[in-house]
Amino acid sequence: MIERSEAARPEARREQQDLYSAAAVDHFTSPRNVGGVEEPDGKGSDTNPACGDRTTITVRLRDGRVTEARFRTFGCVAAIASASVLTELAAGRTAAEARALGPGDVISALGGLPERKEGCALMAVGALRAALVDAQVRARA
Amino acid sequence: MERRVYLDHAATTPVDPEVAEAMARVLREVPGNPSSIYAEGRRARALVDTAREEVAAAMGADPSEIVFTSGGTEADNLAIRGVLKAHRPDPDASGPHLVISSIEHHAVLDTAEDLERHAHVRVAVVGVDGTGRVDPRDVADAIGEATRLISIMHGNNEIGTIQPIDEIGRVARERGVTFHTDAVQTVGILPFDVRTLPVDLVSVNAHKFYGPKGVGALYVRKGTRIATMQTGGGQEKGRRTGTENVAGIVGLGSAMRIATERRDGEAEKQRRLRDRILEGVRARVPAAVLTGHPTERLPNNASFCFPGTQGEALIVALDLEGFSVSSGSACTSGKTEPSHVLLAIGLEREVAQGSLRVTVGRDTTESDVDAFLAALPPIVERIRSVSAEPLSASAR
Ligand SMILES: Cc1ncc(COP(=O)(O)O)c(C=O)c1O
Ligand code: FES
Repeated sequence: MIERSEAARPEARREQQDLYSAAAVDHFTSPRNVGGVEEPDGKGSDTNPACGDRTTITVRLRDGRVTEARFRTFGCVAAIASASVLTELAAGRTAAEARALGPGDVISALGGLPERKEGCALMAVGALRAALVDAQVRARA
Repeated sequence: MERRVYLDHAATTPVDPEVAEAMARVLREVPGNPSSIYAEGRRARALVDTAREEVAAAMGADPSEIVFTSGGTEADNLAIRGVLKAHRPDPDASGPHLVISSIEHHAVLDTAEDLERHAHVRVAVVGVDGTGRVDPRDVADAIGEATRLISIMHGNNEIGTIQPIDEIGRVARERGVTFHTDAVQTVGILPFDVRTLPVDLVSVNAHKFYGPKGVGALYVRKGTRIATMQTGGGQEKGRRTGTENVAGIVGLGSAMRIATERRDGEAEKQRRLRDRILEGVRARVPAAVLTGHPTERLPNNASFCFPGTQGEALIVALDLEGFSVSSGSACTSGKTEPSHVLLAIGLEREVAQGSLRVTVGRDTTESDVDAFLAALPPIVERIRSVSAEPLSASAR
């Protein structure tokens, strides 16, 4: 038997067993706000250029605040979890606040994502921002 | 501990306990270098020789035709680079130097690409039909004056399709071209006899038949011209120099012997379990697409695409429920390029994204399969319901 240092062991075990954080797994297995808002005020999509996967988000706004956001994602675990958590983060915020949400907010709300999954989180952010821009354009029209 | 059901035997197999024991004994008790002429060295040499006989016997080869390597990747590299290095092609001859298929493992595909880019080797890539089969006539058509090597795999690691290597080999023979086959997924699993198959070089990999990882072999038919890729102390008759991985080689030899003894019974048993998966999935998962050939396929391989799903999501969801399976497009690196194999059989990118490969093994039971068949449909359903793809709507 090769003895490894006690200190190194738990770390290695965590890395090996948890590809995704508990929060990311939860959002993946029980995604919140799946689907589309009925008669949305804004709708936006984004594609992750690395893989071609796609997220669409629809929003409803009242008095400049996001009252509801829903998503559909064709993509990986990180993409689904990111979109799911982002719809929660967006709800209740002003459109400006929601537009300021970035991949860092998504990743920290999920308790981290595996390396090189930033693009998947960014896709959710891109879809939400596109939906908010769409809402703004429609409101002006 | 939670119960795990391992259904990824094409990726690797657990080491047979008898093999592990034989290897442990070597590590504990055989300190010698096989090149040394004193007692410890002779003992190590004898073990390497026995393993060479075991591997040769399983394939109908002569022991002198077996070269030990560090696995399938090195065997493929040695075969391709070694043969092309040994045949300095006539610069004026026309046609490709190397002919491969579009569904080769990366160990062949990327080696060909590397040679094309850095060694001016001309490569022809022969396509496959929708089941993943190469047409031997296409191979014949691809051969030119300059062609020195054909490398076409036996069993495909993703979709399980088995190539008509006997016919391809006959084409190669008629045209006087050396023929290599990557038989990493078949040797130890299906009968493979170089006395009847017209093949010149064959890649073999221990960890696909319950041996250790990091050890394999290349069969090199007597008279085949091949140059070495590495230079050094001259082991393996100079064809693969470096002090032998004695324990690994012993592991390969005993795994090969055991696999051959159990081969026919296992193939039969695994085929039954595999068919149970194919039928179960067809019955329970709407719009499932079987990938690979319906009959000419590895006995342990069931592979599918579920339109509207994505490979990594499928794998993680199944992993959470205790099942280990894989996907041609699964990737945790944030870049899920669909597999070249799935694209080569003509699937659309989005369909290819949702691929799943289930490969059974010696320890797989009917209840494992049934548990998998119960777990899969709701997972596919859930991922489809999240998916933005209209495909998921039309599937239900
Ligand atoms: C068909 C085929 N060729 C080559 C290899 C490479 O084997 P290894 O990575 O063990 O060197 C594999 C293993 O996945 C394989 O399935
Ligand atoms: S890999 Fe495609 S979205 Fe994450």
